[in-house]
Amino acid sequence: MHTGAGVEARLPIRSDMDLVWVRQHVRQAAAGLGFGLVDQTKLVTAASELARNTLVHGGGGLMEASHVTTGGTDGLRLTFSDTGPGIPDLDRALSDGYTSGGGLGMGLGGARRLVHDFAVESAPGSGTTVRVTSWVSRPPRPREDA
Amino acid sequence: MPEHDTGGTLGTPEQEVAGFLRRRSEQIAQRWADEPLFRTVFTVSRDEAVEAGKVVADALAQVAGTQRVEDPDAAGFTGVREQLARMGAARSRAGLSATQVSSELAALLPPVENLLVADLEGVEPERLRECSTALSVLMGTLRLVAMQTALSEVQALTDRQRLQLLEVATPVIKLWDGIVAVPLIGTLDSARSQVVMETLLEAVVDQHARFAILDITGVPTVDSLVAQHLMKTVAAARLMGAECVVSGIRPAIAQTIVHLGLDLGTVKTRASLADALGYCLHELGANIVNAAPDGAGRR
Repeated sequence: MHTGAGVEARLPIRSDMDLVWVRQHVRQAAAGLGFGLVDQTKLVTAASELARNTLVHGGGGLMEASHVTTGGTDGLRLTFSDTGPGIPDLDRALSDGYTSGGGLGMGLGGARRLVHDFAVESAPGSGTTVRVTSWVSRPPRPREDA
Repeated sequence: MPEHDTGGTLGTPEQEVAGFLRRRSEQIAQRWADEPLFRTVFTVSRDEAVEAGKVVADALAQVAGTQRVEDPDAAGFTGVREQLARMGAARSRAGLSATQVSSELAALLPPVENLLVADLEGVEPERLRECSTALSVLMGTLRLVAMQTALSEVQALTDRQRLQLLEVATPVIKLWDGIVAVPLIGTLDSARSQVVMETLLEAVVDQHARFAILDITGVPTVDSLVAQHLMKTVAAARLMGAECVVSGIRPAIAQTIVHLGLDLGTVKTRASLADALGYCLHELGANIVNAAPDGAGRR
């Protein structure tokens, strides 16, 4: 069984340089928890997208990483929070190709497909919090849309 | 040395402190030479440490004389900035943290304060207190100047290294007549990808390249922004008449790109640099055949 040592962290997201830290931390934490190479890469990519959203759209914020377990399965939970303008239309933001920042518009929707559990809370004016979780093996509960 | 002839007649407390620092700079420097900061930095001889201490004391006297004890940008500090930076750097190299260096600087105050009290003997307690406060503020500012100088040196080093990284990380390699390759390494943030695009487009012109290979073996994460940078580079190269091939896509990256929903359909991709080179050579009409009598060559 893998220990969760070195997983817990609160990393600020204020500049491009901080994105590098976020990616490196997620990669190390995922490797430490026993994620395979493909799952590590997926999770790091999702973290990169979400951290960039926090920076570009939320005006900077915070990523919290934590080690979660359920039914003997290890997982890594990442929470990205900002106090920016929030997302006025969540459904549209999650759809592919929609962008408000000049990007490809694949970030939020793409990140959702790269992780097992995905939750986003946002209201205009009160910031955005995105919480994603991936499990070392299969997700412990069958997903509704699987 | 004459007995003190102060009497507290000299203008403001700052000017009084300035006068004291000038009169007693030799003694102050002697005391400082015994403090860890000077003792450990100037190891060759004690005289050297005393000399350095005198320079600092004179600078402090100049600053106090201009009534700017709270101003780290005071002209008087200009001359000692470099020396303070050198001393700070020497202590850092010896393994001290910034906090420890700072407290060593703080330790320079008590000996001077003791001298001040002795020097102004007979002055009214109120006046003595004012002078003592001015001296403390001045020494605090000295500490600030030293830390500022050290920080700006670190900042300058970081900036230099970042520039170096920009240059180092983007060599353009000519693989064949008309084929250039750029091995991309590390994080492709906006600044780096801009440099990559520029150097690649320049190489396309210089080398009359018809094919440009972007190898991303050394890029750990391909997210939508990196993909966007790649596609922009490919589109720009196409405008100049060169076809781009993206190579070095590892299995984990390939799966991630698919899940992310990125459409790289417009970009020619190959698994490895060798495959990409093979493709380009084939397109150029140069085929490599095995066991050619005089080695593989170009027709």
